[in-house]
Amino acid sequence: MSDHIVLRTESLSIGYRRARRDAAVIASGLKFALRPGELVCLLGPNGAGKSTLMRTLARLQPALSGRIWLDERPLEELRPGQLARRLSVVLTDRVDVGAMSGFGLASLGRHPYTGWTGTLNESDERIVQWALHAVRADGLADRLIVEMSDGERQKILIARALAQEPSVMLLDEPTAFLDLPRRVEVMDLLRRLARENGQAVLLSTHDLDLALRNADRLWLLSADGALYDGAPEDLVLSGAFERVFSAEGVSFDRDRGSFHTREESCGLVLLRGEGAAAFWAGRALERIGYAVEEVAQDGRTNGPPLNGAAAADSRFAVRGRQGAVRPERRRPESNADSSVEGVSARGGAIGTVSVCVLDDRPSYMLKVAGGERKFATLDGLTAHLRRTGKGGEAHAKVD
Amino acid sequence: MSRGNVPIAKPNTGVQAELARGVALGPGLMLAGLALVAFAAFLLSLAVGSVRIPLDEIVGVLLGGEASKTAWTTIVLKFRLPKALTAMLAGAALSVSGLQMQTLFRNPLAGPFVLGISSGASLGVALTVLLAGVAVGLGGSTTLLAGISLAGDTSLALSAIFGSGLVLLLVMAVARRVQSGMTLLILGLMFGYTTSALVSVLIYFSVVERIQAYISWTFGSFGGVTWRQLQVMAPAILLGLAGGHLLMKPLNALLLGETYALSLGLNVRRVRLGIIGSSAVLAGVVTAFCGPIGFLGIAVPHLCRSLLHSSDHRLLMPAVSFMGATLALGADIVAGLPGSQLTLPLNAVTALLGAPVVIWVILRQRNLRQAFAG
Repeated sequence: MSDHIVLRTESLSIGYRRARRDAAVIASGLKFALRPGELVCLLGPNGAGKSTLMRTLARLQPALSGRIWLDERPLEELRPGQLARRLSVVLTDRVDVGAMSGFGLASLGRHPYTGWTGTLNESDERIVQWALHAVRADGLADRLIVEMSDGERQKILIARALAQEPSVMLLDEPTAFLDLPRRVEVMDLLRRLARENGQAVLLSTHDLDLALRNADRLWLLSADGALYDGAPEDLVLSGAFERVFSAEGVSFDRDRGSFHTREESCGLVLLRGEGAAAFWAGRALERIGYAVEEVAQDGRTNGPPLNGAAAADSRFAVRGRQGAVRPERRRPESNADSSVEGVSARGGAIGTVSVCVLDDRPSYMLKVAGGERKFATLDGLTAHLRRTGKGGEAHAKVD
Repeated sequence: MSRGNVPIAKPNTGVQAELARGVALGPGLMLAGLALVAFAAFLLSLAVGSVRIPLDEIVGVLLGGEASKTAWTTIVLKFRLPKALTAMLAGAALSVSGLQMQTLFRNPLAGPFVLGISSGASLGVALTVLLAGVAVGLGGSTTLLAGISLAGDTSLALSAIFGSGLVLLLVMAVARRVQSGMTLLILGLMFGYTTSALVSVLIYFSVVERIQAYISWTFGSFGGVTWRQLQVMAPAILLGLAGGHLLMKPLNALLLGETYALSLGLNVRRVRLGIIGSSAVLAGVVTAFCGPIGFLGIAVPHLCRSLLHSSDHRLLMPAVSFMGATLALGADIVAGLPGSQLTLPLNAVTALLGAPVVIWVILRQRNLRQAFAG
């Protein structure tokens, strides 16, 4: 089943035809394929043409040239009804259907199957029910769309697309207006739908982290029209992210899989401590612009580790604003990231922060050339450092 | 794609289906009620007027008998029956047209005349009535124009048909080309401005009697339609109504917007032409025979949505037909000022009685979006 292909393109050009001028080509020579049961995330900077690509694949706008096959049939040869039974979409369009229940909206997905009045027969009703159940929205069937939250409405729209019983579902930024838990939920839902129903799901998103964690493959569409196609991890390692998202002052951290603004470091701070408190102390120092290097353990257990990155590894470094905390495989003499500024292998540290936890209450000891000072909160520590140690040259003082 | 090996079990929908049937029964009863009310209004409109005729006499006449007074038979058959039928047809036509326009343009303010249909008819009538006046006013050849009965119903109807037909063709031609419904809406609006400007130029150069004739046409009336005209009007409107009812499913898909409708396999261009065509025929025919009847077309769809709590066109289509017929009859009864020899302008009555009702309905809702929805 996995070598079966539901949608593929050959030298596809997308863009807009313009009156009396050459067509505005957004991307050309695109060749890719979607397989059943896989979740593919389409990422790219604003204006790269994600929506145009989605619309072209859904035949909502014509391709400039090239071919698209859906279920091994040329897309342009499918009749509208045939297309609607193979491919469904969830768009960013605002849906103002008025006094319609969740069931009513989801049942519009049966449109390609019903007769001229649009009346559902028993099997249509069963499929709508199934679709609502599949998106965990059984309880929303009788609620009015206008009374739903954005997340609930998005689920109903996905159920509607599902009720079309398509082999391909295209979703244009389905997580755009949702809060973080809802985004995780929707993404998880889509991955599950792809797995369990054997549908190919293609969605565009700006949510890098969720895409990296959930997609079977990523398509990175760059502003110059190139499409990088591969497993998320392969694309991270191959440097495709840097090429696609390269922008002034922003860099991609391969080790962390996230973007950071490039900024001068205020200097190096040595961090002593372990566990969650030390992890977040490192994050706080990094946030205000210091490079952080953990130097040694003080032997005590500092409370439960907060997450995977902070746990286990006692030796990690935080570097300016370049990279977040990451497990360090550090070779002090030959700095692997020689391009990273503001991090000297050793020495030149302006001070040391020691984290210690007593009775679940962390405290932070700042030791600089001028003396020592203890802080109960990271707010106090960072406020002090911001006040006294601002800029790369000024050294932190203790008053 | 195979639905067979789906691990997410499809739940037994017995309860849900029963529930849906139960809900469907409510609107069914509601529709029957609306039809009944429309029929009652029909009988009432035959009974009341300058002369009051008892209901049993009316029923007798309708069943082919003779009333106890011959005058009553004449009044019912010659005047009140065509008027009542006209009112029902016009009310249903304008309401269906208004519903179609509101859904097509996804705009609660849209009505049967947004595409400039009534403006076209007005221009046709104004040209006929007022240009003749200009010619007279300028001392031109009056003998040629004297032959035309300017206030005659038929010539007015003909010029209105011509005017609205012209706009209809124009709109259809434009609709074939433009991509977005919004463009069409703005074009209709601009066309309305243009024609009313032309009409005011005509009025400016016209003489008082002609202006009077024109203005009384703009008041609207169901009473001027004869049996012979009904033979044209009724089939045209019934055809338009049938067209509207055939488009229930596409209209439901269009609730999601044109892009979603397209993705559901709808041939949006063809459906749009169908909607505009049937809607324009409905609005155009009514305007041609009865004058520009305002308000009903915008208000009735809103009233029905809030009454039925639904935006499903399978319910709304018949509902607005019945309610439109009822309200048109009601407005006509009130305009006739039963028991007196006076009549009020129909347009004044529809708006004076209807506007407060719509305001009340909309304010009862929590916000306009929901009011649009019902």
